[in-house]
Amino acid sequence: MNARKRLQFGVAVAALMLAGAAGAAPVKVGMITTLSGGGAGLGIDTRDGFMLALKQAGDAASEVELLVEDDQQKPDIAVQIADKMIQSDQVDLLTGIVWSNLAMAVVPAATAQGKFYLSTNAAPSALAGAGCDPKYFAVSYQNDNMHEAAGAYAKKAGIGKVFIMAPNYPAGQDSLTGFKRFYDGEITNEVYTQVGQTDYAAEIAQIRNSGADAVFFFLPGGMGIAFMKQYAESGVDIPLIGPAFSFSQDILPAAGDAALGVMNGANWSKDLDNPANATFVEGFETEYGRLPSLYAAQGYDTANLLLSAMSKADITDADAFRAALAEADFDSVRGKFSFGPNQHPIQDFYIREVVKEGDVLTNKIVEPVLTDHADAYAADCKM
Amino acid sequence: MLLVAEQALNGLQYGMMLFLMAAGLTLVFGVMGLINLAHGSLYMVGAFACAWIAAATGWFWLGLLASLIAAAAAGALIEILVIRRLYSRDHLDQVLATFALILVFSEGTRWLFGSFPLYLSLPPALTGAVTLPGGLQYPLFRLVIILVGGAVAVGLWLMITRTRLGIRIRAGEADREMIAALGVDISRLYTIVFALGAALAGLAGALVGSIQSVQVGMGEPVLILAFVTVVIGGIGSIKGALIGALLVGMTDTLGKALLPGVLARFMDASSANTIGASLASMLIYILMAVVLILRPQGLFGARA
Repeated sequence: MNARKRLQFGVAVAALMLAGAAGAAPVKVGMITTLSGGGAGLGIDTRDGFMLALKQAGDAASEVELLVEDDQQKPDIAVQIADKMIQSDQVDLLTGIVWSNLAMAVVPAATAQGKFYLSTNAAPSALAGAGCDPKYFAVSYQNDNMHEAAGAYAKKAGIGKVFIMAPNYPAGQDSLTGFKRFYDGEITNEVYTQVGQTDYAAEIAQIRNSGADAVFFFLPGGMGIAFMKQYAESGVDIPLIGPAFSFSQDILPAAGDAALGVMNGANWSKDLDNPANATFVEGFETEYGRLPSLYAAQGYDTANLLLSAMSKADITDADAFRAALAEADFDSVRGKFSFGPNQHPIQDFYIREVVKEGDVLTNKIVEPVLTDHADAYAADCKM
Repeated sequence: MLLVAEQALNGLQYGMMLFLMAAGLTLVFGVMGLINLAHGSLYMVGAFACAWIAAATGWFWLGLLASLIAAAAAGALIEILVIRRLYSRDHLDQVLATFALILVFSEGTRWLFGSFPLYLSLPPALTGAVTLPGGLQYPLFRLVIILVGGAVAVGLWLMITRTRLGIRIRAGEADREMIAALGVDISRLYTIVFALGAALAGLAGALVGSIQSVQVGMGEPVLILAFVTVVIGGIGSIKGALIGALLVGMTDTLGKALLPGVLARFMDASSANTIGASLASMLIYILMAVVLILRPQGLFGARA
């Protein structure tokens, strides 16, 4: 390279740098989510919801650079991806993890390295109380919430005896704790299953012999599909209740008519009546040709929260950016939405019923059960 | 009482599924002296073939037939292309090559079918539950798996003891140089045995995939237990594979079903489940260790 060429090169680089500085600072977002295996439906919906919000925002989202990687629902893979995204891709913010055991492996380390983390789904109790962090926001819920709503419903409906079951990982433990916090009837059995379990014959045998009036179960993704199929085959006819995860749009087609009429606690439903939700549901169906699930709704809200904060503050100024996030100044598909002191949502919870619209199984809101509901751990959060 | 009976049936069903896997593994191991890690991939091939054909044609039975054919064809193909070169090599080379086959099969399947699990619907004739004597309700399809396993066991026993192919297989196990010298086409025999084992694995995959889910990597967890079964039952013995599979199936299911309940009497449910499930998984290996100490060749093994 001769001197003249070197000069030209230098000018070109300087011009590029100026062009970059002209807009607001771009934000590099690392999304770690589950795109393969039994949990793939959840991660795909999270990603698609997030990307839909960016697409609908148009130019406002041009400063967002999104990297998406598949964690295969394995904590060790999630940690590897997070390390790579933080160290070599130099992302500003992480998001997207579906599963609480993966979140526990990634989030504390990411926030300790100064990265923001916006949770689209997993929000284990350990990160909501004493373990809360200024750089960690749960946009979804706190893990106990949906189950608390189901517990409140079971109490209100006067269900006498309940068999409760969840996978043995942080979200499963939060689930049963949340249900029991609001339900005061008799628990016949408290059963934990393995994460990723595909055969529920042994648990169904226990349900058959439990004498319970209802079965409360939390089995997200492929676990829920396998359980619903096998439950329908088993000849047991004890009614099911659960959190929205167990009867989410990704599970219903495989579960079939066995799910009809089932009640579930949720923070969102596709028939929730507000303009943001109408735009979201219609946009999602047009873009992807399927109905959105709860995970898609939460991914969509997370992207809109991020965009709202980017319009107010520069991510390089962490304190200002955090304050902008905490304002939650965006139109949530859930209607009312604000953050509590531990940066977890304060929102309404509903009971949904599984219905058939034409040939398609989906959920419809029956009634609100918990209004302006926060979580039980906020008081322990000191920051 | 009904609960224990139902859990015993669950253990029996699980054992029969393991038997279908272990039968092929033990034949290949016994006759050819080959450690085939890719046996789990053949299980997956069977499940995907069944799911694909059943969804495309709407006939579950055709899917089941397709699982047998696809797995047998895949088995014969890898025997001719890869496995054949490995008989004279040591076990480490075999493990490496067949492990590579697992990766090829997994990525190939992911490429063809995607990462999303497939779900099969059962034919109406096999759905629902039946009431057994004693008032126990049990899913019909799980009973069918038990019956299929039993029928395969009888069929294999007849084939080994009563047919010319069976005589050759037994002779191949005992002394492969000698039967080659006697004019038996040993490489064709090996291909047939390998394809037969593959077909059984494919059948197991299709049956289990029908009640659970069909996804990439579904075969590997089953493969480990199938190896345990083969070691307990004795290498090369069909009878050993059957008894071993039933022992492993019962131990695993009853352990997982009963231990957490027992432990929950003196600890909280979450820890009782964690410890109970770990203890139940350990029970299988403890069983294997005890069998190996008392009978190093396995329960029905011919050689040590």
